[in-house]
Amino acid sequence: MTSDLAALAYAASAVLFILSIRGLSHPESARTGNLLGMLGMTLAIATTLAIIAPDLQPVTIALILVAMAGGATIGALLAARAPMTDMPQLVGAFNALGGGASLLVAAAAYYSPESFGLAGAGDAIRVSARSATELSISALLGAVTVSGSAIAFAKLNGNMSGQPILLPARHVLNIALFLGIIAMIVILAMSHGNLEYAFWLVVIFALVLGVTLIIPIGGADMPVVISVLNSYSGWAAAALGFTLSNLGLIITGSLVGSSGAILSFIMCKGMNRSFSNVLLGGFGAEEAGAAAATGGEDRPVTRGAASDAAFIMKNASKVIIVPGYGLAVAQAQHAIKEMTEFLKEEGVEVKFAIHPVAGRMPGHMNVLLAEAQVSYDDIFELEDINSDFKTADVAFVIGANDVTNPAAKSDPSSPIYGMPVLDVASAGTVLFVKRSLGSGYAGIANDLFFHENTMMLLGDGKKMVEDIVKAL
Amino acid sequence: MRAIICALLTGAFALPASAATSGAVASTTVFLIVVFVLAVFVGYYVVWSVTPALHTPLMSVTNAISAIVVVGAVIAAAAVSADGDATRETWTARGLGAAAVFFASINIFGGFLVTRRMLAMYRKKS
Repeated sequence: MTSDLAALAYAASAVLFILSIRGLSHPESARTGNLLGMLGMTLAIATTLAIIAPDLQPVTIALILVAMAGGATIGALLAARAPMTDMPQLVGAFNALGGGASLLVAAAAYYSPESFGLAGAGDAIRVSARSATELSISALLGAVTVSGSAIAFAKLNGNMSGQPILLPARHVLNIALFLGIIAMIVILAMSHGNLEYAFWLVVIFALVLGVTLIIPIGGADMPVVISVLNSYSGWAAAALGFTLSNLGLIITGSLVGSSGAILSFIMCKGMNRSFSNVLLGGFGAEEAGAAAATGGEDRPVTRGAASDAAFIMKNASKVIIVPGYGLAVAQAQHAIKEMTEFLKEEGVEVKFAIHPVAGRMPGHMNVLLAEAQVSYDDIFELEDINSDFKTADVAFVIGANDVTNPAAKSDPSSPIYGMPVLDVASAGTVLFVKRSLGSGYAGIANDLFFHENTMMLLGDGKKMVEDIVKAL
Repeated sequence: MRAIICALLTGAFALPASAATSGAVASTTVFLIVVFVLAVFVGYYVVWSVTPALHTPLMSVTNAISAIVVVGAVIAAAAVSADGDATRETWTARGLGAAAVFFASINIFGGFLVTRRMLAMYRKKS
């Protein structure tokens, strides 16, 4: 295969990847888009194999086939078996693997630069200063993605508490690590890649940095974290593209990098917080203490049973359901769908309102509702539905809290002041399904619980909805 | 064949090698940076067109396509030294490359298949 032909093939696969993302503008075109993505990947792999075909030996063919078959089997099993509620963890794990692959390729290129056409001139020069720098940047991004994603995975999967872990002097520590990495990159570049310890210190420092960057970030900020790590895995691939001067890697890596960056931006906007505010971490740790101190007040709360809720909703003409992370925890999506069916039979108009940061990753609620076969025509984003609450008889909030808190609009001293919230209070009645009267993740008391038109339905979300279905 | 890899990997495929030194044409590095910047812009506009309802499939499909590093991983797994022998260094590169192929393949198959599974669930009013 000539190099021109190979370059064109890589360009074609990059175009197919662009089309696969473009397809996601609508659920109908998305399925075709996904197929185009698979085609693009097949083309890229086939092209690479064609380029290296003359160099392949039986042993390396076996190595590649075994690795690919093993990965394919595990990947296919994960894809087929992972429950929809576990998508955030799965994406977290995939981010880690993507970063890990970049790190390993960078290390391989460091050990065998001649296989990648990077070998420096003469015995004293392992690689050029430029290649050494690019290699270490690929390794750095890959390593931060690996360890950061491992922590995010552990937090999302419950192997680790979602509470922020605040190390003393963590900002100083992070800056020191960052400076250490820069110093090692300079040493490596100056030595033309000959000082092996510098390369591995970059990797080790970057792995530690990934951990220290992610542990102070709390569970509810995970939508931002997981998008940022998604972005990093793309930039790691793009950096590798510079090392290997491969356009396919550069284009594809930048696509993924911008995708993750835009998602993080959308998530931050959904919380009215800046990037740095989220990424510096610690949100929720201080506030939780303050809320615990003031949370002991005894204010009257209207409690209700499933039968009351069923009665109110049956007689409503319009119900808006507001799902949150609690829906995923309680696995109540199928029960909710059943409830929706019953209400529709009664002639009630039912809509779903989704806040951008509901759940633990972008689009989390949409996937759960799709799994329960709720039509996407019934699901609305915050800005499209917020004015509808005024005309709704019932707002049915399940497993969401902070995204409905009116304090975000009215109380400038609230930590979530300014965050766009769903205007559930303007509905005729608010039905709040919740396990307890405790505050949400951010530790902020929700005044809505004490409103006179609010009825609290305390209990497990799934069981409560099932009871309502029975009562209907 | 080595010449092809070298040419391909040093970007000569996009610019005639001789042209890179002439005044009117940018150097390879600058060319790569130009491509990078344009790709970021393409990504920016394409991703904004994605509907928020499909943000989770967007993340899983980008997981799959970021596994494009498999291209580098396969080259690493097939590493041979300049004289065609396998040395300690090439075996190190092969091992690292094979591990990278393994990781990237999990992402490719897992990412595309889970995206397909999710997208099959999105449906209109029945």
